[in-house]
Amino acid sequence: MKAQKQRVSAAIFEDLAMPLFDQLYNFARWLTQDTAEAEDLVQETYAKALRGFSSFQMGTNFRAWIYRILRNSFLSSRTGLRTMVALDGESDEMLLPAESTTPENIVIEQANRETVQQALADLPVPFREILLLCEVEEMSYQEIAETLAIPMGTVMSRLFRARKALRELLVKNKEGGRHGM
Amino acid sequence: MGCEQWRGKLDAYADGELDPAETNAVGTHLRGCAACAADVLERVQMKRSVQMAGKRYAASAELRNRITKSVAAKPRRETGWHWKILALPALSVLILSVGINLYVGRETARRQRVYSELADLHVAALASATPVDVLSTDRHTVKPWFQGKIPFTFNLPELQGSEFTLLGGRVTYVAQTPGAHLIYRVRKHEVSVFIFQDRGEETASLASGPVHALSFNVENWTQNGLRYFVVGDVGAEEIQALSKLLRDAG
Repeated sequence: MKAQKQRVSAAIFEDLAMPLFDQLYNFARWLTQDTAEAEDLVQETYAKALRGFSSFQMGTNFRAWIYRILRNSFLSSRTGLRTMVALDGESDEMLLPAESTTPENIVIEQANRETVQQALADLPVPFREILLLCEVEEMSYQEIAETLAIPMGTVMSRLFRARKALRELLVKNKEGGRHGM
Repeated sequence: MGCEQWRGKLDAYADGELDPAETNAVGTHLRGCAACAADVLERVQMKRSVQMAGKRYAASAELRNRITKSVAAKPRRETGWHWKILALPALSVLILSVGINLYVGRETARRQRVYSELADLHVAALASATPVDVLSTDRHTVKPWFQGKIPFTFNLPELQGSEFTLLGGRVTYVAQTPGAHLIYRVRKHEVSVFIFQDRGEETASLASGPVHALSFNVENWTQNGLRYFVVGDVGAEEIQALSKLLRDAG
């Protein structure tokens, strides 16, 4: 009976986890900025998630759960410890966007895929990851809050700051010529 | 004037995080306020750029296989005497299925290569400042433009009464083969149509039919010695609808 139960749960795990493989790898690769590390991280994530699957509550958000495992594994890795800088002065208060539309738009409109990729890679990890979760994974604020284990208010203010930082990088790279060329 | 109360909500609006009443309220304000509307447009563009740029890395087939194996639910193990009787056919099935898996795996990898190349071309064209070299909604302008540029001709459908618009075309190359790359618009999405001579080798492994690859919907088929691919981030139904129009014209 117990063996039967385990088989069922392993099958459920497979059905839930494997469709997320490509996204998890993309996210891991962005976090680590290295292919070998990303592969290790994804493998570790799947191993941990499978082992801990009994603690996952059916009906809650599996995606947020497994992303959180990936992210926690990354945080405890050497690269994670090195790159995950604390964000100073982060508060839950919504920061009101003071500036309105500026000629920066034109820069962003013209920014091609490569330029945006470079700017994303240059962002501090906390900004990079929240942008990826929001725009690429299309997670809701609630899901992001669960994944990053931060309050909703922090999600909003961090997203705001991340977007601002990205805009500034795009403008800077534009002014300073093509980055890295 | 009165915009301050809205400014703080524009991000949440663009992210689809406002409740219906607030969404309506912001929508009403945007219709009357060009500055805020431009602001939202910029945010949406930024979101799209990040989304496109963020889908960047693909895992190796080797990693996928390794992980698939590691999480595969263990098959039920037979116990008792019938285990031995079952072993022989089971073994031959196993050998056969390993063989098929290897074959299917290789074919899948090859297919993925072609699709990812087409998806790259599609995204690269859209990200380019000049997505098309012949800019026209008129098929009678676009088709002749390709003459002498690619070693074949093709027919384009009449789009009157359909939800598609032709934006234009450009010459493209896949696996050193020249082909036509046409861009259509449906609602706010662009869809790429690639047409190549069907030379067998590289494309033979591609079973015709719809696929969902790399977050794009893809349809492909051969017709009159030409290989068609329709690639876009719109729903499968729209890809099918455009494919049907092209098939009927070809």
